[in-house]
Amino acid sequence: MDFSGLIDNFGPLTVTGLAQGAIIALFALGYTLVYGVLRLINFAHSEVFLLGTYACLFAWGLFGLDQNSATPAVGPMLLYMVVGLIAAIVVSGAAALTVEFVAYRPLRRRNAPPLAFLITAIGASLFISEVAGVLTHRNQTGVPPIIQARPVFTIGDTTVTNLQLLIIVLALVMMFVLDRFINGSRLGRGVRAVAQNPDSAALMGVNKSRVIALVFLLGGLMAGIAAVMYDLKIGVTRYDAGFLLGIDAFTAAVLGGIGNLRGALLGGLLLGVLQNYAAGLFGSQWLHAASFVLLVVILLFRPTGLLGESLGRARA
Amino acid sequence: MSEKASFRSNGGVRGWLGRQPVWVRWLVILVAAVAAYMLPYIGDVPVIGPQIVTEGIDWPSALFNMSYYVLLALGLNVVVGYAGLLDLGYVGFFAVGAYGTALLTSPDSILYEDTGWKWLMAVPAALILTMIAGVILGWPTLRLRGDYLAIVTLGFAEIIRIVATSTDVLRGDRGFASIPHPPGSWGGEPIFGVTDAIPYFWLGLTVIILVILGVRNLDRSRVGRSWLAIREDEEAAEVMGVRTFKYKLWAFAIGAFIGGLGGVLFAGEQSFINSQTFVLQFSILVLAGVVMGGSGNMAGAILGGVLISYIPDRLRGLSVGDTDLYEYRFALFGAVIIIIMVLRPQGLIPSRRRAMELKDREKEVAPQ
Repeated sequence: MDFSGLIDNFGPLTVTGLAQGAIIALFALGYTLVYGVLRLINFAHSEVFLLGTYACLFAWGLFGLDQNSATPAVGPMLLYMVVGLIAAIVVSGAAALTVEFVAYRPLRRRNAPPLAFLITAIGASLFISEVAGVLTHRNQTGVPPIIQARPVFTIGDTTVTNLQLLIIVLALVMMFVLDRFINGSRLGRGVRAVAQNPDSAALMGVNKSRVIALVFLLGGLMAGIAAVMYDLKIGVTRYDAGFLLGIDAFTAAVLGGIGNLRGALLGGLLLGVLQNYAAGLFGSQWLHAASFVLLVVILLFRPTGLLGESLGRARA
Repeated sequence: MSEKASFRSNGGVRGWLGRQPVWVRWLVILVAAVAAYMLPYIGDVPVIGPQIVTEGIDWPSALFNMSYYVLLALGLNVVVGYAGLLDLGYVGFFAVGAYGTALLTSPDSILYEDTGWKWLMAVPAALILTMIAGVILGWPTLRLRGDYLAIVTLGFAEIIRIVATSTDVLRGDRGFASIPHPPGSWGGEPIFGVTDAIPYFWLGLTVIILVILGVRNLDRSRVGRSWLAIREDEEAAEVMGVRTFKYKLWAFAIGAFIGGLGGVLFAGEQSFINSQTFVLQFSILVLAGVVMGGSGNMAGAILGGVLISYIPDRLRGLSVGDTDLYEYRFALFGAVIIIIMVLRPQGLIPSRRRAMELKDREKEVAPQ
């Protein structure tokens, strides 16, 4: 236990944790959206994210960028960011839809038991991550330095870099947009209706299949953005990156109350920050153990997560 | 008997077997058991043999691997199939069993000075340890429902792995070496040696048969009926006076016990374990096996356990064009899982009782 280490580095640990948590929160949205509507854990979502991390690298590779390139100037940098984001979003969105069509829709037609969905999703996850593993020879792939991390401002002894700021702000903006979409738009009303009661929603003329596809797509888009942020922050990706961060993201979704969008944001940020504190206190190898202990303690007192599960039920 | 007939089928192999006199049933079971013991020599059977035992496979080792996968599938089947509790961290119990054995017997262990036990002496201690682990995990968490339980069990397995990786007592990557083999000798030679895996398979098979008998009796007892009630509708079961928490804890402890048995056998055969052995993917694989085979049905769990261990082994030494299929074994395995589940959502050998329940549920739900 290293209390002085934690207290001395409290500011930096908080900021790094927030940036990490923002990525986790965006990732967790995919779990929460699908769970809210289908009441199923979409195990393949981690691989939707994984494909995003590779898609963005592939797009940058087309510009001749690799991990040894020099940091680009501001103009090209913006171009690269936009292209990378678009590539990751398109690939992740398409992957999420493919998972829905291959692993979920056929089972829904056959009225399969819930466990069957979990297993097909596991199959899809295994397939994607193993193909990625074989194709990359299970080595990690380096990310070109698109953004040079430099301090933007300092609060006390805590410096915030442009990258951390970008990640946190982008995550908050995306959360706001998604929240408005689900709670304010016509399509979003359909999503909430199906989440609340699929049968009545169908009777009221909501196209359930389309809503489910939409939910997978939205989760995929968010995972794509999270994937680009992950690439920039961590600097490498690997065939099992999705699986490992996926456990965090799923934990965050449950922590905030699975099926609840704002819960995913809260859970993600909280988890990111607390993991960093735990790493400062006990050493980084205990990071995940700490997050699970936290999860068990919170579930003991609030069995449905901090904000409760409610994609459909809550008015807000 | 009449209420039992409602879910027992009259057709098919199981229906036929059910109508035979007791001695015929026992004869069939005996023949099946003997056939299972002869499996190491299946390669000598003409035509079928070479299809099953391809050149790339080390068949005795493959059989031993199958035996502990089947054991784990049987144990997880109690938790998931009978009691309906989703456990994503089952490998945790396997790890506790293996580490318990290693701590008590390996010269690398800090306890070695005091204990330094033989394998057989460590078995009961390690199994008690896993059951305690099952109760410790179950006590606070079994009040959670469904998917919340899933993530907590997943966390439990991760914590065990992290503790094994990061603490000095459990030695992390360095692991425990020289864990003793099971005892016994035949004509001056030890039965359980280093080179021949066949005796280990026979040992595993014997344990499997004992577990099948035990679980079958449990399933047909008051405990089994309580599990059924809990799986179908926990509130209704509680209202009818089933002490749900107690029986869920039982399912967890029994599942943990069987998983621990797998770990003890594994440690005895490998004689070396480290923290790399117990990755999370392992428990997910076993879960896939149980559901693929048909959850809630022991024949299904056994088939599932065999498949998850055999499919990757079968691909060894095969290639299409220049691509080595063995390299893609888990990717292909993932594809096979999807295909099987889409074609048979209830599993390859579905539990008839569960099939009835699903038909029941279909009537309730509006068509989509």
